Amino acid sequence: MTQDVVIVGNGMAPGRMLEHLFEAAPERSRVTIFSAEPRVNYDRILLSSVLAGAKQFEDIVIHDDDWYARHDVTLHKGQKVVGIDREAKIVTSQGGHRARYDKLVIATGSFPFVIPVPGNDLPGVVAYRDIDDVNTMLGAAKAGTSAVVIGGGLLGLEAAAGLRERGVEVTVVHVMPTLMERQLDPAAGYLLQKKLEARGITILTKANTKAIVGSGRVEGVELADGRTIPATLVVMAVGIRPNIALAQGAGLPVRRGIVTDARMVTVDPDILAVGECAEVEGNVYGLVAPLYEMAKVAAATLSGGPELRFSHADTPTKLKVTGIDLYSVGDFAEAEDREEIVLRDAAAGIYKRIVLKDNRIIGTVLFGDTADGAWFNDLKKKETDISAVRHSLVLGPNGRADGALSDPLAPVVALADDAEICGCNGVCKGRIVETIASKGLTTLDAVRAHTKASASCGSCTGLVEKLMIVALGDRYRPAAVSPMCSCTDLGHDDVRRLIKAKSLKTIPAVMQELQWRTSGGCAKCRPALNYYLVCDWPGEYADDYQSRFVNERVHANIQKDGTFSVVPRMWGGVTSAKELRAIADVVDRFGIPTVKVTGGQRIDMLGIQKHDLPAVWAELGKAGFVSGHAYAKGVRTVKTCVGSEWCRFGTQDSTRLGIRIEKFTWGSWTPAKVKMAVSGCPRNCAEATCKDIGVICVDSGYEIHFAGAAGLDIKGTEILGLVASEDEAIEAIAALLQMYREQGRYLERIYKWAKRIGVDEIRQQILGEAARRRHYFERFVESQRHAQVDPWSERAAGKDRHEFEPMAIFAQDAAQ
Amino acid sequence: MNQITRQWQAVGSIADIPRNGARRVRLGEAPVAVFRTADDRIFAVEDRCPHRGGPLSDGIVHDGCVTCPLHNWVIDLETGAARGADEGAVRTIPIQLDGDTIYLCASG
Ligand code: SRM
Ligand SMILES: Cc1cc2nc3c(=O)[nH]c(=O)nc-3n(C[C@H](O)[C@H](O)[C@H](O)COP(=O)(O)OP(=O)(O)OC[C@H]3O[C@@H](n4cnc5c(N)ncnc54)[C@H](O)[C@@H]3O)c2cc1C
Ligand code: SF4
Ligand code: FES
Repeated sequence: MTQDVVIVGNGMAPGRMLEHLFEAAPERSRVTIFSAEPRVNYDRILLSSVLAGAKQFEDIVIHDDDWYARHDVTLHKGQKVVGIDREAKIVTSQGGHRARYDKLVIATGSFPFVIPVPGNDLPGVVAYRDIDDVNTMLGAAKAGTSAVVIGGGLLGLEAAAGLRERGVEVTVVHVMPTLMERQLDPAAGYLLQKKLEARGITILTKANTKAIVGSGRVEGVELADGRTIPATLVVMAVGIRPNIALAQGAGLPVRRGIVTDARMVTVDPDILAVGECAEVEGNVYGLVAPLYEMAKVAAATLSGGPELRFSHADTPTKLKVTGIDLYSVGDFAEAEDREEIVLRDAAAGIYKRIVLKDNRIIGTVLFGDTADGAWFNDLKKKETDISAVRHSLVLGPNGRADGALSDPLAPVVALADDAEICGCNGVCKGRIVETIASKGLTTLDAVRAHTKASASCGSCTGLVEKLMIVALGDRYRPAAVSPMCSCTDLGHDDVRRLIKAKSLKTIPAVMQELQWRTSGGCAKCRPALNYYLVCDWPGEYADDYQSRFVNERVHANIQKDGTFSVVPRMWGGVTSAKELRAIADVVDRFGIPTVKVTGGQRIDMLGIQKHDLPAVWAELGKAGFVSGHAYAKGVRTVKTCVGSEWCRFGTQDSTRLGIRIEKFTWGSWTPAKVKMAVSGCPRNCAEATCKDIGVICVDSGYEIHFAGAAGLDIKGTEILGLVASEDEAIEAIAALLQMYREQGRYLERIYKWAKRIGVDEIRQQILGEAARRRHYFERFVESQRHAQVDPWSERAAGKDRHEFEPMAIFAQDAAQ
Repeated sequence: MNQITRQWQAVGSIADIPRNGARRVRLGEAPVAVFRTADDRIFAVEDRCPHRGGPLSDGIVHDGCVTCPLHNWVIDLETGAARGADEGAVRTIPIQLDGDTIYLCASG
């Protein structure tokens, strides 16, 4: 007999419930889901990764449209249920859809609590609950703008870190004295605060929000002590409340949540509740591990199979902010009958605290080094008497009093088989090890697919990988780097390192020494190798033009019909009557079909025959033009605005600085193209804040920006820092360019490189360490000595003639 | 009735083409790309990519192949066929080397 199952809400809990249900009783249920959100089920936990830019929405989808089709599930997207008729067993949605049920599952989740202060409904105030909120934040979160996050809990801090990652000035306003006070003790809360402050996030504790101010839109947050913090975005992350209104309206008993028994059934035997909206045996939950447990129980209840009962377990808390390791579980309040063991390493920023009662662990807080979290939690769960190991307990399973570095795999080896590895999905060590062996798994993705371990929030990925190493030994190659191309197994970084380490100075030497699989490489690796060698051995390496793409080989851009375009350099976008006249003459003389002003403030002549190129350049050269390198993985244009010379708002001579930068850097080959701009004031008419490198002039000097993008991706720049003079700006920019030249992977734009290396790290090396900056700068200058030769005048004078002239020409009849 | 006429035509010296390089030979309306590999083998194909007519003589030469400059199709110089997932072939043209001199076979 099939039953009609109707589900209200399409979040993570019912999604998991259906997976269990379809596995246990595939044919038993015909499922209809009403989802208030206009989309499929996705992993809410990973919203912070989307906010921080590490993932896209598609990456966090749990069930795609296909899945619903495969399981014959009717999904009403964007249909909020507004009424339940328990008598007739029918639910009705806002859009008028009705569905009859045999069994109804209420899974309405929670809604974010909004503090009742004036201005809380202004545009620019958002909660943090779904993908729409993330998109709203991203829309408002331009680099250089400022945001206030109200609430220093898990959600608030993840939002703050994500926004900071996007270059936003972030202030966290938290009402309690320390952060995450419900999961961390004050010592760990303090360490966390320091760590976040080091990333440039401002944290105000004991700060009470009085009002959100602004006319028509958010402009700031006013605190009870009178301070106002300016902001164009306010994220409210002060807590959640179970969504119980619908159930309440249907006459079901509610307390904090919808009351259910241990089988997840409400007082109405045909209505279940799962997820954050459910209150089971007096508890409500806000982390997925217990919700997934509810899902499993509810699926068993619906499938009519053996009965399961929900039982409470503490869920460890982790913060999903890269670079911050934090773990807490259980009860760690101080009390008469409790003892504690504490370890601190100030230099390393490590803090560990174990709370004991009757020689058994009841709570653990770890900061800075969380590798042993699972082991402590296991002891806690099993209520193991720890008297025997008490003296070294805090050092972990492999603890040694001398603190010497122990085998990094030891903590996982020491875990018992039933120790939980993945908290979200309740997967224990034995299950993972067993599945690896029985299914012959060798990749992390496969382990995720088969066991679900590390498939939700991902914070146990490291543990799972260690288990794979233990289980597979050499057969597991963690995080295999993607090779440069199919000619080699080495990745770009290894190749770059080995070129230097082994002093490899020709392409064949690289291929020989690094054991290329092909005899002569391919069209992917050869241009990359050529660039690495040009960059690493300036003046020494003989540029291999046959390994360059045609544009760089002939110093013009190939067009779809095989003709070429020519873009002469116009320093800083400034030209003159003489230059314009020369261009006009060339256009007439060579019958150039199209002349166009480009996006980079240059003039482009398109449709030139290849064999005419040297003659065109010879003419342009007479007027003083050199190559604009519009074709190069190299320094392209420096856009400028008119600046203080003309503009009534100009603070500095942006045009002059732009020309100086361009004259200093032109000719340099880089991993990918580099476009720059200088604006004379923050109105930013040269659009410097979306360039690879940009300068915004201000009264006090020059604000240097970098890592913007405005092509395939759009991203505002990061601020490198403020310098006082043109000379300092040029030194910093050249040093930054050189650092990128030495570290970038071929075709990796500055913004991608910066993301990989870390904006803070780059800032530190370029502006924080004068000696380092100086060294980069000097290497750049040395490299420019060999690079600043105009390729056009060389070719006008006869170089590489074979590129431009056919080898032979025969009239049609001569060939017959 | 139309007898195929074969005529070998000297088009230049192997030294005119850089290793891993190509030159164009204009045979009336139909340009031909002549290639020299790293190990001094020579090939000739019609200078029109089977994809959208890109000039193969402007491509990167590697391992007996050329990668088209317009959209990166990889053409096997021996057979003229596109490698990998792409489908298509370019006409190959008989070519031979006598000493340093390259001869192309212009067929009518
Ligand atoms: C001429 C120009 C369009 C115009 O008429 O205005 C242009 C033309 C081409 N762009 Fe562009 N881009 C032009 C400004 C831009 C801009 C805007 C700007 O520079 O202010 C961008 C966005 C910013 C950026 O650089 O990302 C831009 C982003 C791209 C991209 C995407 C790059 C990315 O990583 O996101 C490509 C593709 C690539 O480089 O692989 C591209 C590639 C091209 C190529 C080279 C396509 C190709 O591979 O053949 C076009 C060459 C046509 C030619 O022969 O001139 N073009 N292109 C502009 C020349 C600027 C200049 O003065 O040098
Ligand atoms: C940014 C963020 C980070 C998080 N990080 C973690 C973490 O690291 N670890 C962890 O364990 N947990 C984390 N959580 C919490 C976790 O995501 C939630 O506990 C979980 O998603 C709740 O699942 P649920 O199915 O109960 O409810 P939800 O996923 O909230 O789904 C409820 C759905 O029901 C819809 N709905 C409500 N009312 C109706 C109605 N009347 N009709 C139709 N549809 C309705 C809602 O629109 C919503 O789509 C995080 C949450 C957020 C927001
Ligand atoms: S946007 Fe750029 S790449 Fe695209 S067609 Fe225009 S010029 Fe070409
Ligand atoms: S024309 Fe050659 S790949 Fe498109």
